[in-house]
Amino acid sequence: MDALKLNILELLKEDARRSADLIATMLGTAEAEVARAISEMEADKVIVKYATVVNWSKVDDEKVTALIEVQITPERGHGFDAIAERIYLYPEVKSVYLMSGAYDLLVEIEGSSLKQVASFVSNKLSPIDRVLSTKTNFILKKYKQDGIIFEDQEDDHRMLVSP
Amino acid sequence: MIKDEITIQQNKVKSMQDYLAPAVREMKPSGIRKFFDLVSNSKEDIISLGVGEPDFSTPWHVREAAVHSLERGRTKYTPNSGIPELREAIADYLHTSFKVKYEPSNEVLVTVGGSEAIDLALRALITPGDEILIPEPCYISYSPITSISGGVAVGIETFAKDQFKLTEKALRDAITPRSKILILCYPSNPTGGIMTYEDWLPIAKVIEENDLIVISDEIYAELTYGQKHVSFAAIPGMKDRTILVSGFSKAFAMTGWRMGYACGHQELISAMTKIHQYTVMCAPVMGQVAAHEALTNGLEEKDRMIESYNQRRRLIVKGFRDIGLECHEPQGAFYAFPSIVATGLTSEEFAQRLLFESKVAAVPGDVFGLGGEGFLRCSYAYSVSQLNEALERIGNFMRKL
Repeated sequence: MDALKLNILELLKEDARRSADLIATMLGTAEAEVARAISEMEADKVIVKYATVVNWSKVDDEKVTALIEVQITPERGHGFDAIAERIYLYPEVKSVYLMSGAYDLLVEIEGSSLKQVASFVSNKLSPIDRVLSTKTNFILKKYKQDGIIFEDQEDDHRMLVSP
Repeated sequence: MIKDEITIQQNKVKSMQDYLAPAVREMKPSGIRKFFDLVSNSKEDIISLGVGEPDFSTPWHVREAAVHSLERGRTKYTPNSGIPELREAIADYLHTSFKVKYEPSNEVLVTVGGSEAIDLALRALITPGDEILIPEPCYISYSPITSISGGVAVGIETFAKDQFKLTEKALRDAITPRSKILILCYPSNPTGGIMTYEDWLPIAKVIEENDLIVISDEIYAELTYGQKHVSFAAIPGMKDRTILVSGFSKAFAMTGWRMGYACGHQELISAMTKIHQYTVMCAPVMGQVAAHEALTNGLEEKDRMIESYNQRRRLIVKGFRDIGLECHEPQGAFYAFPSIVATGLTSEEFAQRLLFESKVAAVPGDVFGLGGEGFLRCSYAYSVSQLNEALERIGNFMRKL
């Protein structure tokens, strides 16, 4: 990938709402060139989606997130992919990663309550053929996500004017 | 008896100013200080473009190195010149980055910020009455600390049409038989101007012909955009005539650590070290440990910060031009220096009205000496959203003028 596209991705990752015009100014290039690069990356699924990082703990409608370690038996001819697909198609599942180490899949589940998440694990996830075991870890507090620190520790403590 | 006591009391009150050293008594408070007081007294939600320091925190690994050294009890005096590993790292870094070679054992002195290094150099060199040449607009401290040392500061005006470069002619015109030192600050605070190798050559010729010493403040050396910084000490024949001053404040986001250094001919550094040992003894040890970590493991992080300044530089320069303010393209440091002459206001009037009417703080250019009137120093060490907000407010302010 060329340097321009990488730079654009960095700037969009910091703030997805940045316009092509603003990005072009920051990178010292033409707006049309930035717009074309963004379109290409969208078409190629390099940019998959423009999302918002939410600190749900500041919202009354608090969500419950669990990270579930899943051990499975791989399927002949499909390895882990077919079972991963069966799992990630559930809307409650926010992410699925194939892991090295003591378990195979790490599944992130988001729900409105502990009960709802527990119910998903026991009724949907565990009964899947080839799922050998699950271990559910609830996230108690998020300190940092996607490189963004949730606590307000990076306040600007500088004087308003200085030499 | 009672009469005597009253007389003594009156004398005491009357004469306090007379105790002060004349150079200090006559020293005017800095224009930045005056503007800072104005800003601080305002209770409004001010957005500032007024600070001369990075908006990044010192990289965590640098902070952690200092914490770790404290935990291990590294809290004692260090050698006057600084811990050997830091002096070696500084020498290596200057050699690799700017092609100028110093011997760590006797040509490098670690100081309490670049400011101490400049003060030491002036005190080591000035005989009262010597003239010190200072291209302006420039950092606000050079002239006052020259006066404290008994020198006479002589400003040399530089101009936007020359990208605020020092020219051979201007330098020649300013030299008198009493001229002894030239203080350089490129990349420049407040203009963002830089000097190239070709720009330096005629200056070096004048320095040699007139037997001057140069104090080259290169604190913004890393912050250049497009062209790599050329140290004055790297110009042929100039190393022994130059005291190179730099530090960690700007490129490594370490302003509060007060870590700087001076490099030069061993006899000059030795003289400066004598003053240093009688005044501060040595730079704080935890700061020296942090600076060593920054130089040995922090170069990538430094480059990342510089790239970010560059993006914001483009944004603010375009922003000013779109608003209708003429703005030369700064090639270094993190300041834009737009002209406000077209508004018909003085720098101070413009800055004050901008502050009170639109809640944006920027520093009036006249506080930086000759050539600063008609300009505004705007730091772009702010987030993109803050810069956009400030530019919008300045645009609205301009439309109301």
